[in-house]
Amino acid sequence: MIELSGITKSFNSGKPNQFTAVDNVTLTVNNQQITVFKGPSGSGKTSLLSMIGCMARPTSGRIFLHGVAAAVPFQQEGVDSVEITSLPERFLNQIRRSTFGFIFQQFNLVKGISVLENVMLPAYPTGEGQALFRARALALLEQFNIARLAGQRVELLSGGELQRVAIARALINNPSIIIADEPTAHLDSKLSQEFMAIVGRLKGEGKSVLIASHDPIVFDSPLIDALVEMRDGAVVASRSSR
Amino acid sequence: MRRSVQFLLFTAVSLTLFLLLPLHARHAQQHSGSQIAQLRRLQLTDLCLATEARYTRHPALADHHAPFQEHPLALEHFPSGSLILPSLPESDKP
Amino acid sequence: MKRALERHLNILEFTLASLLRRKAKNLSLLAMYLLVIFILASLQFFVTALKREAAIILSDAPDMVVQRLVAGRQDLVPARYAAEIANIRGVTAVRPRLWGYYYDALNGANYTIIANDDPAIGPERVSIGAGVAKARNLAVGDLLPLISYDKAPVMLEISTIFPSNSDLIAADMIIISPGDFRQLFNFPSGQATDLAVMVRNPKELPTVAAKIAGQFPDSRPILKNEIQRTYQSIFDWRGGMTLIILASALFSFIIFAWDKAAGLSAEERKEIGILKSIGWETSDVLLLKFWEGAVISLTAFLVGTVLAYGHVFFLSAPLFAQALKGWSVVYPRFQLVPVVDVYQLAVLFFLTVVPYTTATIIPCWRAATIDPDAAMRY
Repeated sequence: MIELSGITKSFNSGKPNQFTAVDNVTLTVNNQQITVFKGPSGSGKTSLLSMIGCMARPTSGRIFLHGVAAAVPFQQEGVDSVEITSLPERFLNQIRRSTFGFIFQQFNLVKGISVLENVMLPAYPTGEGQALFRARALALLEQFNIARLAGQRVELLSGGELQRVAIARALINNPSIIIADEPTAHLDSKLSQEFMAIVGRLKGEGKSVLIASHDPIVFDSPLIDALVEMRDGAVVASRSSR
Repeated sequence: MRRSVQFLLFTAVSLTLFLLLPLHARHAQQHSGSQIAQLRRLQLTDLCLATEARYTRHPALADHHAPFQEHPLALEHFPSGSLILPSLPESDKP
Repeated sequence: MKRALERHLNILEFTLASLLRRKAKNLSLLAMYLLVIFILASLQFFVTALKREAAIILSDAPDMVVQRLVAGRQDLVPARYAAEIANIRGVTAVRPRLWGYYYDALNGANYTIIANDDPAIGPERVSIGAGVAKARNLAVGDLLPLISYDKAPVMLEISTIFPSNSDLIAADMIIISPGDFRQLFNFPSGQATDLAVMVRNPKELPTVAAKIAGQFPDSRPILKNEIQRTYQSIFDWRGGMTLIILASALFSFIIFAWDKAAGLSAEERKEIGILKSIGWETSDVLLLKFWEGAVISLTAFLVGTVLAYGHVFFLSAPLFAQALKGWSVVYPRFQLVPVVDVYQLAVLFFLTVVPYTTATIIPCWRAATIDPDAAMRY
């Protein structure tokens, strides 16, 4: 469970051009569910997701991760929750690497290197043995039916293949939470539906999925468990389909 | 084998070779035969580096102006003359 | 410990994959880097080894050589100079030397002829350097034909040919007896080419030289330390063409390397953003960039230095021998005894590898500290 309490994110605070991207959001996201953040661009979805994903810190408020096997060296015995906003940079990075997998709007794959290397990329700095994560990457490629592309460079891939490579990369470190920012923005309807199917499968494997999107295919999908509607940095509606 | 391991092995080999250079040099110096006695008795002052001009064959004993025999501003005739500088005895110094 | 090692290996793995992306560019960069290091290291090995040979030869050299100048040119020294210099306090020995040059019209070579009253030579016998033997295709026991001043042939029997490992001293040398020397050149008796003076206390050398110069105003004493200085400044690259070639190569390399290393393209910047967003830390990115610089520069340094060693000491420095050879007909085989100056190699390292690697890392510093969520905002 992810618990957000009074999260506010302002940019350029104290200056005339100050603006608040996320304004006092208090929210609970359940584990092993698909939660969609819906709203027009500029509504604060991306900022909120990047704070949950330990990429940025809120200006104020706190975020708790409950029941996540977060790699925090000093985690106390018996206490199964971490407050991530006060953690130092190093631990934040460790949590981000081990707990979260990211899928970006532009896929953000590195050109010139092979599909397999792209998928393994997030595992490189973890210090894990290459043989281990290589086997895992190959298994993921197999799972997404792109094993035949393993040696190919990413610029030769089609949109659907790119998307599956990006998902495989998000899964390489075995995260429990997947964060996807506008994943279907550059996909046609067929591929968008395929994406949702994959997301449904991931949920079935016990992963939590957080998606920011204003695509009806995503937020009207029967697969999703919770929908959070945002506007101007604030949550305007929140419903759970279960 | 992984590319990184291959690279590290290659670097290790070249580093070993690199570190062997001083050892090889010392070994070679110890085994370089002492110079021929007949030559040592000649009390030579110069190495035979370039024989194309007198002042490059015996730079230590050449005239100060030897490289510019024709004119002080003349360009060097000999390639080696531009590499080897004749000695400049105290008495010749301006 | 194991994790830290794996992290290095993994990041190095990505570095290599990433360098191989621009294979042609990076390989040509490596080749050029290698060439620069190779030339600089070869030069350094070559000069250091020559200095050592010169030092060995100079250990036997006379403390002072006294020449005589007439009308600004070197002239013969009368024997009475030797006798009077021998009387100066502190002088232990004065030896008149007879030596000169012999132009071989047959092949255009210049030999150095030295007279020596070594019993091994004796009248009508001669010792020659390997270069002379090769130029005239001679063996021990053959007759060496020389043409005297009046065009009369002089035949001398070769008793010794110096082995080619003494080429650096004696390649062009012909050693004959003083009698033969005077006959060959019609050298006036009672005169010498110059005087070799030995002094008891090296500290007195300048005093003795001053006394000689005072007593014989036309004399020109050359001290051993002046000769030493010559050899310390050997290859004083005054306007040498090698310097020009070297400098231009070095400059184009610097520009090339700077462009490659310092210029952080938009693509690289984006790539760093991607790495950060998928969980790489700033230190991971900097480690990647460190390896990127180190892979190229360290490889170039190590391989270039080892190749230079082989070039100078096993292949006898064909590149530099060409420059020194010039128009010489007789030239030595540069069979140098290897010398490695660790200090100079360290200087080379710090002048090449360190700046290059730094130039690769520094521009990435700012890019590497961007927020991980920046990649989400593209």
